[in-house]
Amino acid sequence: MNNWFELVIDLIIILIFLGGFTRFRTPKGARQGNFSAAFALALAVVVIITSYRIMQPHIVILALLIGSALGWLVAMRVNMIQIPAMVAFQHGAGGIAAFLVSFIELTRNTLPGFGVEKISGFLGLAIGALTFSGSMIASGKLANIIKKPPLVLPMHSHITIGLLILIVLTGYFTGYLQGRPLTILLAVMVAESILLGLVFSIRIGGADMPVLISFLNATAGLAAAFCGVIIHNRLLIACGATVAASGSILTHVMCKAMNRNLLKVFIGFRVKDSADPIPAFFGEEIVADNLAGIGDESPAEPPAEVDPLTEAIRVCREAKNVIVVPGYGMAFAQAQFDVVRFTTLLEQSGKEVRFAIHPVAGRMPGHMDVLLAEAELSYDKMIEMDDINQDFEKTDLAIIVGACDVVNPAAMTTKNTPISGMPILLAHNAKRVLVCNLDDKPGYSGIDNPLYKNKKVIMLLGDAKETLTKLIDRYISES
Amino acid sequence: MQAHARQWVKLTEFNKTVMSELLIMLSVFILSIIIGYLLISKVPPLLHTPLMSMTNAISAVTILGALLVFAVVPDIPDTVFGALAIALAAFNVVGGFTITERMLKLFKNKKE
Repeated sequence: MNNWFELVIDLIIILIFLGGFTRFRTPKGARQGNFSAAFALALAVVVIITSYRIMQPHIVILALLIGSALGWLVAMRVNMIQIPAMVAFQHGAGGIAAFLVSFIELTRNTLPGFGVEKISGFLGLAIGALTFSGSMIASGKLANIIKKPPLVLPMHSHITIGLLILIVLTGYFTGYLQGRPLTILLAVMVAESILLGLVFSIRIGGADMPVLISFLNATAGLAAAFCGVIIHNRLLIACGATVAASGSILTHVMCKAMNRNLLKVFIGFRVKDSADPIPAFFGEEIVADNLAGIGDESPAEPPAEVDPLTEAIRVCREAKNVIVVPGYGMAFAQAQFDVVRFTTLLEQSGKEVRFAIHPVAGRMPGHMDVLLAEAELSYDKMIEMDDINQDFEKTDLAIIVGACDVVNPAAMTTKNTPISGMPILLAHNAKRVLVCNLDDKPGYSGIDNPLYKNKKVIMLLGDAKETLTKLIDRYISES
Repeated sequence: MQAHARQWVKLTEFNKTVMSELLIMLSVFILSIIIGYLLISKVPPLLHTPLMSMTNAISAVTILGALLVFAVVPDIPDTVFGALAIALAAFNVVGGFTITERMLKLFKNKKE
């Protein structure tokens, strides 16, 4: 095949891909972008199939059909709350593909010693394998199949680093082998990488999941890029590197939004202070969501004569502008439909309603926007943190639904807690605040939310869905 | 055997032009990271989930590598692993793009 022709075709495909990314500015454009990326990939597959003589075409076609059909079926059935689990699962599938291809190409590569291809092959193999196992754990946790809280092994960080060194050493010896010993040692390397993926992902949980899933997005791309070097395929390198860049950006955004350092998430350095008394040694499991014992004082009781629900309805009626702060608790209670129904009611009585979206409000970057879009909230009402924070002061009512840490003023006022310095939504600046949370316990961080004790706050505790239904009923019946 | 011989010839060809090949691959890698960074840092947070879902599908570009496994006569383990890689990559590609489309279809602006 003519080299120049090949280069031009590759360039065209890469340009269609990049064109797709430039369209990712509005939802409408993004649909075109997604379509053009799919088209580019399909084109690349057609080019490969037509320009090489593919052996055993029946097996290849069968594998293509089975994989595509399953992918399509699952993608059509999954609901929006399961998207993070689904995406993580797909990362895992991509990881397997990357390490299998690297594996095959490494066993076929008969050059002795270390060339760039070989090193890239090792990297593709190791990163692909750890992406696979890490993603399976992440997916299981996100789908609530793995209900275990983050597990910290004794000397966890040492194990992680030890495995890393072991993988590098295995790679070093593998470089000089041929034939059967090579195959065996490569399999050992895969096993070590899978173990590494398991070890680093089991200790991450809860609010750190968005970081993990973004990171795995980056490693899946990186594995594809390295896999591309060993087979000398420009498309794999270009696409893989672009995805790696994208995943890195999202990882950075997530870390910044939680005031977490990537290293701290993975090496598991936890800020030690009075608010974090859970010991992290000897198989002790950290029940991250259950640090309740810390803020044990009961919340300030609302004045006995005023029923909070009545008060809430009154405040809702009086408010002219409202900002809703949704958190993962809302999604978990599947209350997004009721929240949007309630805000539609408020809008119908002439109030201005907007939604303030914290970057880590969901279980993956941007997840909350998708959930609200599913509940048919117009996307011009979903406002990012930085754009809406200054507006809380001028707002009559902030309605918090299933959010705790992202509105915890302690992030600004206290030092040495896990959330200190984390950017928050300034809901406490609103004139009145309505909290529809399951309970008044601290969120994932374990830090008490002083907002709950503020006089301008009305607490409506209980299942968010039930609370919202009550609010809607009362609001309708009394109008 | 013939196929292996062919691969050998291909490999020695690679050896001759190895420097220029490496340079091209390195520049493709670096350029893609830079361009990717510039384009993707402008994506609004509103679209971060669809973005990740789409890039997830794109990362299964390894399907090309999996297909190329069958460009030379594969032995039995290679056939099994290669077919598995094709199926999983296809699962990732088709699933990723489909789910991205489903998500993006949900976004509506009632003002328009």
